Amino acid sequence: MLNQLTISELTAKVARKEVSAREVMQSCLDQIGRIDGQIHAFLSYDAADALAQADALDKVVAGGAAANRPLLGAPIGIKDVLAVKGQPLNCASKILGKFVSPYDATVIQRLKAAGAIVFGRLNMDEFAMGSSTENSAFGVTRNPWDTSRIPGGSSGGSAAAVAADECLAALGTDTGGSIRQPAALCGCVGLKPTYGRVSRYGLVAFASSLDQIGPFTKDVRDAAMLLEVLSGVDHADSTSVPQPVPHYAAGLTGEIKGLKIGLPKEYMVGGLDPEVNQAVQNAVKQLQQLGAEVIEISLPHTDYAVATYYIVATAEASANLARFDGIRYGARVEGSDPISLYGNTRGAGFGAEVKRRIILGTYVLSSGYYDAYYLRAQKVRTLIRQDFLKAFEKVDVIVTPTSPTAAFKIGEKSDDPLQMYLSDIFTISCNLAGICGVSLPCGFTANPKLPIGLQVLGKPFGEETLLKVAHAYEQSTRWHKEKPIGKLTRR
Amino acid sequence: MEYETVIGLETHVQLKTKSKMWCGCANEFGAPPNTNVCPVCLGMPGVLPVANEEGLRLTTLTGYLLNCSVPRFAKFDRKNYFYPDAPKNYQITQYDKPSTVSGYVDFEFNGGISRVRITRAHLEEDVGKNFHFDRNSGVDFNRAGVPLLEIVSEPDITSADMAYEYLNALKDILIYGGVSDCDMEKGMVRCDVNVSVRPVGQKELGAKIEIKNMNSFSGVRKALEYEIPRQIAVVSKGGKLSQETRRWDDVAGITETMRTKEQAHDYRYFPEPDLMPFEPTEAWLEDVSKRVVELPLARKQRFMSAYQLPASDAQTFVWDVPLGTYFEQAVTGAKNPKAVANWVINNLRAKLAETQTALADTKVKPSSIPELVALVDSGKISGKIAQDVFAEMFATGEAPAKIVEAKGLAQVSDTGAIEKLCDEAIAANSKTVEDYKSGKVAALNSLKGQVMKLSKGKANPALVGEILEKKLKS
Repeated sequence: MLNQLTISELTAKVARKEVSAREVMQSCLDQIGRIDGQIHAFLSYDAADALAQADALDKVVAGGAAANRPLLGAPIGIKDVLAVKGQPLNCASKILGKFVSPYDATVIQRLKAAGAIVFGRLNMDEFAMGSSTENSAFGVTRNPWDTSRIPGGSSGGSAAAVAADECLAALGTDTGGSIRQPAALCGCVGLKPTYGRVSRYGLVAFASSLDQIGPFTKDVRDAAMLLEVLSGVDHADSTSVPQPVPHYAAGLTGEIKGLKIGLPKEYMVGGLDPEVNQAVQNAVKQLQQLGAEVIEISLPHTDYAVATYYIVATAEASANLARFDGIRYGARVEGSDPISLYGNTRGAGFGAEVKRRIILGTYVLSSGYYDAYYLRAQKVRTLIRQDFLKAFEKVDVIVTPTSPTAAFKIGEKSDDPLQMYLSDIFTISCNLAGICGVSLPCGFTANPKLPIGLQVLGKPFGEETLLKVAHAYEQSTRWHKEKPIGKLTRR
Repeated sequence: MEYETVIGLETHVQLKTKSKMWCGCANEFGAPPNTNVCPVCLGMPGVLPVANEEGLRLTTLTGYLLNCSVPRFAKFDRKNYFYPDAPKNYQITQYDKPSTVSGYVDFEFNGGISRVRITRAHLEEDVGKNFHFDRNSGVDFNRAGVPLLEIVSEPDITSADMAYEYLNALKDILIYGGVSDCDMEKGMVRCDVNVSVRPVGQKELGAKIEIKNMNSFSGVRKALEYEIPRQIAVVSKGGKLSQETRRWDDVAGITETMRTKEQAHDYRYFPEPDLMPFEPTEAWLEDVSKRVVELPLARKQRFMSAYQLPASDAQTFVWDVPLGTYFEQAVTGAKNPKAVANWVINNLRAKLAETQTALADTKVKPSSIPELVALVDSGKISGKIAQDVFAEMFATGEAPAKIVEAKGLAQVSDTGAIEKLCDEAIAANSKTVEDYKSGKVAALNSLKGQVMKLSKGKANPALVGEILEKKLKS
């Protein structure tokens, strides 16, 4: 089935006119029709627009002008936090009402220019705040491997859609693990680029200094291909970095002999599930067999990462979300004066977790508390970054579990924010340090069979090496070939 | 007991850029509501600010014009508050690391030169404008995101008049430097006034009262003329003032409480994560410093001392910079700068206005003006003839000496020639001659006029008088 192809498999076929973009798009739409009722990865999708894009690409191919379109005909699903011109933009929140984006995010422009079909609004935790997609105002997304479980979050819809072959790849965003953790829990590849690698223009900000956009794919090669398209400096984002963009896919040689892999001793924590631990240990052995050298390293400030993150991220969020006020766009609940209009609108429009974080962020920035919380957190953040930079003097990449457990049950942690926050314990430091990281499948739990993710962390702008290691490992295993689909269609 | 007043001003000035500070929308006054807007300045979800480099340059340039130092590290911060005219509900500003710090403004006041120190001039963004209609309200966001400079003075101002003169001097400097048009009608300058009073000799400052959102300099003066006696009246009766923000009611002519200290906002400033810190290079600063111009007061003082011009002439050349530049080209090497100034101000400027010609288009070479002055001063031509010569210079651009020569306008001081003309006049006006001889002294002037006429204005008038008198008395 065409929807099960990877991008690298598909684009060659489209270019050779063996398959049309329309056929592959239709195949994804058929799959969504078959199974999305059980998963609810998509909040909405515009089938007519998607097919029109496909037809336009087929015309380009027929006209012989398909060169320089590395993603030719690939249907790519979009997390509901990224602006696509003419499509709804809700951030899985009620507060945006019937908002339709008047512009394309830079990544969307780049995908379109590369020949991708950009479609669908993928479910997420409201404003990307959460680790389970249970915080969506429009219903939870279910894990394709076990629909009684969460897909991870916040980019749960993106991970589930790719894992269930509803699209060939998807875009998500990662502020504290929101790409890598759901990728791990759904059994796909999820990459968070170095801060500044990919333009954030058109990404509705949660925490501006931590957010990055990245791809969900079915294998590492596709992640490399997508990253190459997404990357590069953008005049619309001052925090994007003018660092040259390598030909990432060309670096996937399978050759990792002599590369040094660091294992942080601080990451072997109590809450780590034994099956997850075992899978990661096996992966490390596999990497050794491939010729990598494994070295124990220390990241001494690891314990402070979660606390630091919840100060920095919520502070920025409290300002970023202030614009949702009912004045210029989105839902409005009237009031007798501006202040009551704000209160009514935001009270009705935001969900509980978003409110919790806005209040937390407002508190840590308040006069008299700023130095003790925000300023202190920024100092600790610098120490955490230094931990990594020091470690990377000794090793090329760092390997850890992506998440301490496999997918948990819907509702299991939703009443305990702290437990929920701890599910990001291995992914959060990467955002604070501004480095890059990828999660890829490294095994399954026994019963039920649930995917386990391996996290590989790389140096700032070290995506080439990161992807090389991930690819070498992936190609020496079969984990990425496993599909949850059989389970779904049996239902 | 005697009281003294302590005033500090925060002046907001719109910068003269083509586009807004964070997006490409036009920075333009008077467009229909919400036409100069885009996703960025409307605070749409997902947008990011990108700094307008000209805005950064004009900020630094202002720093130089106000004698500030320019730190090599500045950054932007978010100032958080909810208001319908604020698209993001935070304002991008500079909190603890502004682009320019510690300067001063010198200006003429009370017959001397006064100095007000500048704490800082920092860059921020303007907000939209609220409109209230019968049944609802609206916001025009055309102004949102326009670059705004906040110029904060030290509390060095001691009276309403001094505040007024400081603001005018500041405005002149900013217009002069090309930083802002400072058009008050278009809301390009707005002011917050901090004022307190204390008994003379007391060291601690009195309770700081802020009067917000003043949009005219005369308004600032009027508000202070009301507020200072009000505060003194309270304190001198043993009353206590407390820190508060007040608003000026221009119609009633009074200030009234807006919010007290307890109601003050907590703006929760923190560094703007969407913008990189601003760290100018030496080359960049060098480029900006090339745009620094001579300040109005310095120019006035220089024109007065270098050319011995009266204050009024110097002031004319301060207001009309191109004319002053022309004067400086003309006056090079001239022996009589005042006369050169007179010709430039009284004749050239008038003729330009009359013919609606731009100074840049005039045919009169600057070097021609001192030539003309020298012709008059040496007695070569009369002042009256000089007027005709100038008209010819203006029309053709010809040098004055050439005009005088070509038209034979040189003054005749040849005694023989003049005697001949005098004889003619005496012969032709026997009645006038009689009058003079019978004691009517004024009749001489009439005869003089006849001689001048016969000489076509070229005869040296002093010589004519002398010779006529001699002949009539003999």
